[in-house]
Amino acid sequence: MSQTAVADAPVEGAAPPLPSLKQPRLPRWAPFVLALVSAALGSGIGVVAGLDSRIQWGLIAAVLYLGITAVLAGSVEGTRQAKDRLATSAIWVCFLLAVVPLASLLWETAARGVKVLDGYFLTHSMSGVITMEPGGGIYHALIGTLEQVGLATLIAAPIGLLTAIYLVEYGRGRLAKAVTFFVDVMTGIPSIVAGLFILSFWIIILGFGYSGFAGAMALAILMMPIVVRSTEEMLKLVPNELREASLALGVPKWKTILKVVLPTAVGGITTGIMLAVARIAGESAPILLLVFGSAEINNNPFEGAQSSLPYYIYEQWALGNEPSYDRAWAAALVLIAFVMILNLVARGIARWKAPKH
Amino acid sequence: MAKRIDVSGLTAYYGNFRAIDDISMTVEPRSVTAFIGPSGCGKSTFLRTLNRMHEVTAGGRVEGKVMLDDEDLYGPGVDPVSVRRTIGMVFQRPNPFPTMSIYDNVAAGLRLNGEHRKKDLDEVVERSLKGANLWNEVKDRLNRPGSGLSGGQQQRLCIARAIAVEPQVLLMDEPCSALDPISTLAIEDLIGELKSRFTIVIVTHNMQQAARVSDRTAFFNLAEVGAPGKLVEIDDTERIFSNPSVQATEDYISGRFG
Repeated sequence: MSQTAVADAPVEGAAPPLPSLKQPRLPRWAPFVLALVSAALGSGIGVVAGLDSRIQWGLIAAVLYLGITAVLAGSVEGTRQAKDRLATSAIWVCFLLAVVPLASLLWETAARGVKVLDGYFLTHSMSGVITMEPGGGIYHALIGTLEQVGLATLIAAPIGLLTAIYLVEYGRGRLAKAVTFFVDVMTGIPSIVAGLFILSFWIIILGFGYSGFAGAMALAILMMPIVVRSTEEMLKLVPNELREASLALGVPKWKTILKVVLPTAVGGITTGIMLAVARIAGESAPILLLVFGSAEINNNPFEGAQSSLPYYIYEQWALGNEPSYDRAWAAALVLIAFVMILNLVARGIARWKAPKH
Repeated sequence: MAKRIDVSGLTAYYGNFRAIDDISMTVEPRSVTAFIGPSGCGKSTFLRTLNRMHEVTAGGRVEGKVMLDDEDLYGPGVDPVSVRRTIGMVFQRPNPFPTMSIYDNVAAGLRLNGEHRKKDLDEVVERSLKGANLWNEVKDRLNRPGSGLSGGQQQRLCIARAIAVEPQVLLMDEPCSALDPISTLAIEDLIGELKSRFTIVIVTHNMQQAARVSDRTAFFNLAEVGAPGKLVEIDDTERIFSNPSVQATEDYISGRFG
């Protein structure tokens, strides 16, 4: 498996030979074989010891893989290479540990979700459906999510964008520090607290009723700091030289920001906003408090109860019978697909708008 | 067109740090004035005070007078934006706007200041690119991104962009330091042509370049690191390089210092 270094015979009277640059190396396929071997060993130990959790099998295999790699590389290739191999394998193991839950979540949702997911499911509400029976759909929840998230974006994106522009381009001194501090604080607000705030302010004090708009305001509170943060980072990435080039042409600062800085960063800014949208699209707590939930289609986000996808999933799951479970899984699949499409769109925009070379 | 710059008693600060101290000089119209001196001696800072770009840097402020013919650039009520429209600038590293095409880069100064008539813009773009000796190389790909050009072409694009707004004075901050010798030659030739229309001030580390392109040369120096930069002398280029009146200049030019 290993090649041996050619030992130079020392010549008498000559200077001591330089250490050879060639060193024994494990073959390229070694990591794959080792991974297979440790996987087999891990399963074997699992079966023999009677462990019924596959997770335990996997963890045993992972530890074995790391150990065998380190020992084998150490004995064949030397310490430095062994450290390198150990670090590389550790990264791979961590990667798998991170990917396995994601993949299994996607797989589980897709497998269970497709059962009732069809055109009827997407275009009908739960109005008049007996929850114990199959049937019904998520149209009302889809409308609710689209409207609430859309309104939240309309509120949060411009405010967030302008805040970030202030912080990067104009902010000096105390006010900027205070704004940064409060943005940080806002990042940490739990969604239920944002919901409670709007509940007490909008519904209890001002006396408005439940509506999609109330939910959208809570979502906007959650979204704003994310937009500010990502936009800030993107604006900081715009080279100062471009601002100076524009200013030196006699272009006023506001126009420089509008026509040079923002277009250069627009890809990243859009991605940031889309990711923030994806983040709030899955919120159920504020919806529960402020939009109330409904089985009927309500196209008006400014009046009356609405539903939304996360709320719908929660509601169906809480009903605790088989047809409702199916509907919950299908709605979850739709929600994941919605978020993924948003992410893909964001990436597309980022690539399309990226400065060309 | 071209105007004279008369600087008197100019001191520039970054916060509390005094970067250049009490500089006075005259920059003649329709000529090339070169600034030479060791790194950190304030040449670039001084250059940036001439079109009020110094104050763009956080903490940058200036004391003293810069007269453009008979107007003080730092006088009350003077709008820095119109100062920069009158005194253009080319930077050390080529910095075309990455989101814009070659055409849009050259038209940027006019367009961002409200000129939108296609016919006028076409004319200015062609004239400026010709003025920057770039027209023949790019006339068939005006709609391609400016960042796709070579470094030397990008720098000439930036010069075209700067002269498109018809400034009185053109400031160049080491315009060739990121370029190869052939592109450098192209820019130097261009400077020679442009000086019939503009007053040109160029900062350079390359003394041969100063000797080749400039009519007058100013030597800047600083007593020690952390001390403000000062103008040692300004004179005809020929005199500075053959028979300078200050010993420090001769030492610097001949490579003997310290």
